[in-house]
Amino acid sequence: MYDLIVIGAGPAGLAAAITAAKNGLKKILIAERDREAGGILNQCIHNGFGLHYFKEELTGPEYASRFIRMLADLNIELMLNAMVLEITPERHVHVINRDVGYKVLEAKSIVLAMGCRERTRGAIAIPGSRPAGVLTAGAAQRYVNMEGYMVGRRVLVLGSGDIGLIMARRLTLEGAEVLACLEIMPYSSGLMRNVVQCLDDYDIPLLLSHTIVEIRGDKRVEEAVVARVDQNLKPIAGTEMTFTCDTILLSVGLIPENELTDKAGIEIDPRTKGAIVRENMETSCHGIFACGNVVHVHDLVDFVTEESEIAGRGAAEFVLNEKSETADEMTLLCGDGVSYVVPQIVRRERVAKTQTVYFRVNRLFDKSRVVIRSGENEIAAFKRPYMAPGEMEHVKIPKALLDKAEGAIVISVEEDVS
Amino acid sequence: MQKIRDVIIIGCGVVGAATAYALARYDVDVLILEKENDVSSGTSKANSAILHAGYDPRPGSLMATLNVAGSRLSKTICHDLNVPYINCGSLVLAFSDADLITLESLLERGRQNGVEGLEILPPERLFELEPKLSRHVKGALLARTAAIVNPWEFTLAMAENAVENGTTLRLNEKVTAIRKVTDGYEVETNQDVHRARFVINAAGAHADTIHNMIAPPAFRIIPDKGEYYVLDKSEGTRVRHIIFQCPTPLGKGTLVAPTTDGNLIVGPNNELTEKKEDTVTSARGLVEVKERAFKSVPSIDFSQNVRNFSGVRAATEIDDFIIGEADGSPGFFDLAGIKSPGLTAAAAIGEMAVTLLAGRGLALTPRVNLVTKRNKIRFNRMSVEEKKTLISANPDYGQIVCRCESVTLGEVKAALHSPIPAVSVEGVKRRCHAGSGRCQGGFCGPRVVEIIAAEHGISPLDVPLDRAGSTILIGRTKGGDA
Ligand SMILES: Cc1cc2nc3c(=O)[nH]c(=O)nc-3n(C[C@H](O)[C@H](O)[C@H](O)COP(=O)(O)OP(=O)(O)OC[C@H]3O[C@@H](n4cnc5c(N)ncnc54)[C@H](O)[C@@H]3O)c2cc1C
Repeated sequence: MYDLIVIGAGPAGLAAAITAAKNGLKKILIAERDREAGGILNQCIHNGFGLHYFKEELTGPEYASRFIRMLADLNIELMLNAMVLEITPERHVHVINRDVGYKVLEAKSIVLAMGCRERTRGAIAIPGSRPAGVLTAGAAQRYVNMEGYMVGRRVLVLGSGDIGLIMARRLTLEGAEVLACLEIMPYSSGLMRNVVQCLDDYDIPLLLSHTIVEIRGDKRVEEAVVARVDQNLKPIAGTEMTFTCDTILLSVGLIPENELTDKAGIEIDPRTKGAIVRENMETSCHGIFACGNVVHVHDLVDFVTEESEIAGRGAAEFVLNEKSETADEMTLLCGDGVSYVVPQIVRRERVAKTQTVYFRVNRLFDKSRVVIRSGENEIAAFKRPYMAPGEMEHVKIPKALLDKAEGAIVISVEEDVS
Repeated sequence: MQKIRDVIIIGCGVVGAATAYALARYDVDVLILEKENDVSSGTSKANSAILHAGYDPRPGSLMATLNVAGSRLSKTICHDLNVPYINCGSLVLAFSDADLITLESLLERGRQNGVEGLEILPPERLFELEPKLSRHVKGALLARTAAIVNPWEFTLAMAENAVENGTTLRLNEKVTAIRKVTDGYEVETNQDVHRARFVINAAGAHADTIHNMIAPPAFRIIPDKGEYYVLDKSEGTRVRHIIFQCPTPLGKGTLVAPTTDGNLIVGPNNELTEKKEDTVTSARGLVEVKERAFKSVPSIDFSQNVRNFSGVRAATEIDDFIIGEADGSPGFFDLAGIKSPGLTAAAAIGEMAVTLLAGRGLALTPRVNLVTKRNKIRFNRMSVEEKKTLISANPDYGQIVCRCESVTLGEVKAALHSPIPAVSVEGVKRRCHAGSGRCQGGFCGPRVVEIIAAEHGISPLDVPLDRAGSTILIGRTKGGDA
């Protein structure tokens, strides 16, 4: 019987396991389907990781290796090439690996840290032919950075997600011509910093409110027809322009990878598409925690680490001094301007000093206020100079203020007119 | 000059494969010529995947007879060859009084065609069976014998069995000319010249071109396109039956049905096109399909789309299949104009072709040591105990390549070393489903490329996505050679 089984050895799983060990758990296993630990960080060879957490600029693999190095000292078992096929509410973990075979392992607690996957062409139903040369930015990143193969010469990037932006720069440096990055929304879905460093610095145009309406080409992509869209995101007839290109990279969003979560009957939030979590990252299933991109898609790994430490502590506490469940569950709801909040549920007596709440806005905001309300009462407000859907936001609500609330809490954003 | 074969089959879609399968029961020397790099690359991979019950075709037509016979034969073949097949039944919905009258006539036609298990259901019983149907439905025709199949695997399985029983399959060979010679025909391709006593034209949408190589024009294929959505498994149980609307002169209309993989398929529309290989989808077509499907099942969640595709119907001026000897060309047989229900009828068309050949003097000695079964390992459908045994026998089955569908390395390797080996990423996907799930190969695509390259001993740069020449990678990166 394991104290803890962590599923996924990306930054989330690593931090959760390490924190759980530091908080007293002895027998910990991390199951990772890939051939090495580190998760998606391994293919992120660019700089920009750890600015918040380590206060220095690291590459993805460097950031991951700081954690991987700690595993041995803490006696954490890492099983690679190990695919978890199923977990049950009783905390049985079905895992396969070519050397170990098919095993059903039991755990006192589980942390889900499977990360996320990319949305595909199908998810946005782009019409046209289906030639080679249409691939997700993440797949391209894997080919280029890990396997040393080029994916195209004349490239169009659809969607301004961070991986797309970073690959626009990477392919340019590799000698490809990146014609443009198209974004259907009127704002970038990636970090402003990436728009500047990956597009602007290389003179790659970012065409907002544009999308691909048809892909053409027999064996390989030959052309893409691009059109401007209206407020309802519908292509405007007459605005079509044709790009000659051999490759289309898709960076049209990430979705938490929730097959296991779903199969175990854990409650999913339709807004984040990840598990609903409590203040300690516990899911609706007792003793099963979740953290990182499997809960909601982050844009900075530093926050993944922070959140995963909470999950690791939560798991340790659960195993070491299991408390009987209390009923006081306060719900956090999205008000105007907010597209999701994490955690969705808070048990106040478990909050120490402050509760961090992560959220994203659903449109651009200049000077504004993040307002926390309970019923009619404003219990807290935080000023922000600028907020965009592409950047995850957070506020830290003092426990004293939470204690004043009655019923659900609503988080909304208002323009600051003062 | 090569040896003289008994039969050359042109085209390895479901009709060519079914004919080869039927012929392989006998000691006959058969060569299949297929222009693409894999079997079932034409219409047989892009259709609704329905084995129709047979109430639709006009009584007395070839379509009617072959549909009903084919539906029974296909069930046996799918069982023998381990092809995903589910006898889920179909419903034709009536939305008006006129539609209710249509149901009566379909029922009557079905009886004349010899279809069993037909019944008209009142709304109450219907909604019990299918609670998600539109409340505007006034009744439906239930056809219990209708089934769903994996059309691609059905074709592959028959072709593989033929190959295992001695049939030669030559891929990447496009027929460019046919000449009458003493004792048969000479068939020229882009690669070679072949000879046989008999020729079967199973070239699908190109059957008119092939026919015209040897005989005066007798029919013209008018390509008619249909577009589809395939939705995620989360939508796969929205309906349990195949849901049709009343047929119109254009065809069987837009349907909503589960697939054998557990997805939901929604389509097609009808759109005449100039090109026989026009498998492009259009914004307009997709919207049309969506709107029509909402009429039957208003709650379908199209945000769960995983992919779109379209297929080309080989329609002709003639409202029936065109099966028979071409004018003035003894021993040259057309299996042409095989539009819907061609997938259903194929097995019966294959048997009919054997009878036609026998009538022209092909000797039918039963084959000794006939292979009748096909083994196929589907890891994600096995029990825990079966999985354990399998992995301990071969660790390749303990290594997952495709996360979404839990496809193992063992299955990918099997696809690359089967009687008709996969040569492309899509070929692997069609054989073992790696890359067919929600991430559509975003994760396993690069790995599958690597495995294909290793197993076939080629460079990843030469691995195609699908058709010959559709390579994915264009060269090494600057630091890539290191
Ligand atoms: C939208 C749509 C939906 C359908 N739904 C259903 C359904 O649900 N149920 C049903 O029963 N039927 C259905 N059908 C009909 C069914 O799919 C077809 O009848 C069937 O697939 C036809 O098979 P085929 O072998 O004749 O043609 P194909 O599958 O097109 O095969 C022809 C083959 O010939 C090869 N070829 C062509 N020219 C040459 C050449 N010169 N040299 C060598 N090879 C050549 C092609 O590459 C191809 O592989 C549907 C059809 C369409 C279009």
